[in-house]
Amino acid sequence: MSAVIESNHDDHHHGPAKGFSRWLYTTNHKDIGSMYLWFSLIMLFIGGAMAMVIRAELFEPGSQIVSPEFYNQMVTNHGLIMVFGVIMPAFVGFANWMIPMQIGAPDMALPRLNNLSFWILPAAFGILLSTFFMEGGAPNFGWTFYAPLSTEYAPPTVTFFIFSVHIMGASSIMGSINIITTILNMRAPGMTLMKMPLFVWSWFITAYLLIAVMPVLAGAVTMMLMDIHFGTSFFKAAGGGDPVLFQHIFWFFGHPEVYIMILPAFGIVSHIIETFSRKPIFGYSSMVYAIASIALLSFVVWAHHMFTVGMPIAGELFFMYSTMLIAIPTGVKVFNWLSTMFKGSLTFETPMLFSIAFVALFTIGGLSGIMLAIAPADFQYHDTYFVVAHFHYVLVPGALFSLLAGAYYWLPKWTGHMYDETLGKTHFWMSFISVNLTFFPMHFVGLAGMPRRIPDYSMQFADWNMMVSVGAFLFGLSQLLFLFIVIKCVLNGKKATAEVWEGAKGFEWTVDSPPPYHTFSSPPSMETLKA
Amino acid sequence: MKINLKSILTIILGIFAPLSFSAWSDINMEPGATQLSQEIFGLHMFVFYVCLVIGVIVLAAMAFILFQYRRKEGVKPAEFDDSKTLELTWTILFALILIGLSIPATKVMIKAYDDTEGEINILITGHQWKWQYEYIEDEVGFFSNLSTSLDKRNNLAPKDENYLLEVDEPLIIPVNTRIRFLITANDVIHSWWVPDFAIKQDAIPGFVNTGWTYVSEPGVFRGQCTELCGQYHGYMPIVVKAVSPEEYASFIIGKKEAKIQQALLTEKLWEKSELVTIGEDIYQKNCVACHQVSGAGLPPIFPALVGSDIVLNGKERQIEILMEGVQGAAMASYAEQLTEVEIAAVITYTRQAWGNDEAGDGRIVLPKEILDYKNNKL
Ligand code: HEC
Ligand SMILES: [Cu+2]
Repeated sequence: MSAVIESNHDDHHHGPAKGFSRWLYTTNHKDIGSMYLWFSLIMLFIGGAMAMVIRAELFEPGSQIVSPEFYNQMVTNHGLIMVFGVIMPAFVGFANWMIPMQIGAPDMALPRLNNLSFWILPAAFGILLSTFFMEGGAPNFGWTFYAPLSTEYAPPTVTFFIFSVHIMGASSIMGSINIITTILNMRAPGMTLMKMPLFVWSWFITAYLLIAVMPVLAGAVTMMLMDIHFGTSFFKAAGGGDPVLFQHIFWFFGHPEVYIMILPAFGIVSHIIETFSRKPIFGYSSMVYAIASIALLSFVVWAHHMFTVGMPIAGELFFMYSTMLIAIPTGVKVFNWLSTMFKGSLTFETPMLFSIAFVALFTIGGLSGIMLAIAPADFQYHDTYFVVAHFHYVLVPGALFSLLAGAYYWLPKWTGHMYDETLGKTHFWMSFISVNLTFFPMHFVGLAGMPRRIPDYSMQFADWNMMVSVGAFLFGLSQLLFLFIVIKCVLNGKKATAEVWEGAKGFEWTVDSPPPYHTFSSPPSMETLKA
Repeated sequence: MKINLKSILTIILGIFAPLSFSAWSDINMEPGATQLSQEIFGLHMFVFYVCLVIGVIVLAAMAFILFQYRRKEGVKPAEFDDSKTLELTWTILFALILIGLSIPATKVMIKAYDDTEGEINILITGHQWKWQYEYIEDEVGFFSNLSTSLDKRNNLAPKDENYLLEVDEPLIIPVNTRIRFLITANDVIHSWWVPDFAIKQDAIPGFVNTGWTYVSEPGVFRGQCTELCGQYHGYMPIVVKAVSPEEYASFIIGKKEAKIQQALLTEKLWEKSELVTIGEDIYQKNCVACHQVSGAGLPPIFPALVGSDIVLNGKERQIEILMEGVQGAAMASYAEQLTEVEIAAVITYTRQAWGNDEAGDGRIVLPKEILDYKNNKL
């Protein structure tokens, strides 16, 4: 992805600087996009290694390789890294690369801010990971960090965790401001809002979600900080505070957060399905309205994560109904994707395979979501592996598959080289099989009663857990293949054409592969898209 | 695609083969032991079948489309990109399905929230990492700890059916009685879950949540804590034993008598060796989670008791710590959890074990001293 070719000097007076300072000082959306993507790929392997430790510990009943305390650190940091260090930055990487190219802009609107919002991320994660080497160990209270486990009862490193979350939040907010500004101000003439590519639309809405909820998260961790160091009692029952308040604040952030991790995926997958069906996306406007309504609904469903905290029945019912409503726009999207493929002329290159798997497996995750929304039944599902299965289905074959799909789809554009199709397909089938092997049985053990976040379990869960672990190891291995494919593509893939995919539509396909260091110094015309 | 039907089938069969030798209870919820749990189970199965049908239809349609409309020589893709009628139809269809789901869900919810008082009210308090049960009307209570041995957990002894789901003292309830649970916590948030009763209520410090049950057949029901509550979250199971009302009555009488016996024991003049024996047992059950079997603790969070100044010398501070706990730290008060004899014994044990007797003053603590401490406070 970093192979921006130096041969574009003819139309531009300056190319990238040389050496490390190019990356440190860069304000170029492509460089920054690449850095975001590499960063999240590295974090994927770190967070993934933690998942491997978790699955090794759970391979069999009985204590295996780590202590319960370290197990909790693994669970916590696996979650934090995958959410804040992999899925979110990867989507921002896509946004950086693709939004300017898809709307025909030369760069992001606020390039220096862009540089800053990337470079504080490695700092944030450096701080988080350094806690592993500190006295008391890394955060161990789950990625949801419920008080008072994360305040009065937390290891001393919680302060570093708080600082790190603040930095991540700042990075996301700056990134979002940049994206919104770019989209609102820098579209090519004639590209009205309702003509924007769906990926741009999905990020436009996501960016608003981020700006709305990241400050809420910042508020939550600041209140923790006050409770820990400055004697307040926001969440301390003994001091008149309210531990449940923490959960309300956290999930008011947390629920929109889960859509932040899936809306851009909708955008990516829509483009890919359209391209490989050789047919325009079905129901463009309803796709946009569906994304917008999912985003709006996401603000009024948060307490479905809290059905067991003892809410009054009116609250239970309200959050049950509002949550069920989300199924409507989500269902619309799935049906629109199917209708796009209907009567198309389908081919199954790697990006398409990942996108098809996305639609199929995301549907499974959506359906288990409907089951979880049924509040009285959730008394049985809550905090079991059924929930773990559900959110991994929407996050792994959901968000992560869309990222892989998008990477294969745009990799030839970014690097100017084709990836190896056979290897890509191998990667797909390995991932597809192992992801199901890993997460499908979790539904079973969850329903049979296995709580989540436990380092050891009773005998009845043994068979399925072993299978889950085998699946997880295989899935981990498959992603190493992805790394190999990317490196191979960057170094010596076949030369890619400008269009790359037959029938691909959008400004990005009108420029060379790789695109010049600065694209669209004069805005392209919408006419070029009509093809 | 070069993958043919046969290889796909083989893969699918391979994935699901274990299903054929799994018991149903290994892959699904069970109806449970109460009317409420059975209704929730029914609701679960209803919603599950609805989702299954939707899922099968969507995936089958998808499979058909993928097969039927794969690229063929000379076949041009269609060009339509919209159909307001279709989109409206399926939006309305989704809404109808959801309404169909929400009606039974609402009914069950209202039942689950019935909060009339029970004939027996039991206060359940979550502690790191054990449950405390108190029978409010009868004023007796006890703690319930995991009883699975460390050897089993460390793979040094074979595990059995109830591995990690067994306790030293189960909660006893009578059948055919409405029982209300009042659920709270003492330190962090826990969650009290017994799947067979379909009760999962968070135990939150400063709050009292309620749940209720009515069991009609005697039996043993097992559950676990379901809210991450620290390092031994996976090791605080719940066992409830439903017995006949007669058996229940004699259990309560036994508890009341034991309480009186305890008071007498406190007055007794104890030998050092007696105290150390009891104390070691108490220590293993209550203290090793933090201070470790070796007494070395896990600094900096859990201090070592070996060579600790508090343990070596002047016993007053140590009594105070056990009785009051340490504010703002994980060290809880044991005044409620342990009897006077047990507290005296565990203090004596820590002062005698690991060479502390040589290093410090080696004095023992008598149950009477603990009682005096309590009385002085009053
Ligand atoms: C949940 C963890 C936990 C458990 C269980 C626990 N302790 Fe502690 N204990 C602590 C912590 C934390 C401290 C340090 C408190 C402080 O900040 O001074 C401590 C301190 C002590 C001290 C003072 C040691 C010193 O040098 O400061 C003694 C004595 C002690 N505990 C005895 C016991 C005994 C006896 C038991 C069992 C009945 C027990 N503890 C159970 C966490 C625990
Ligand atoms: Cu607990």
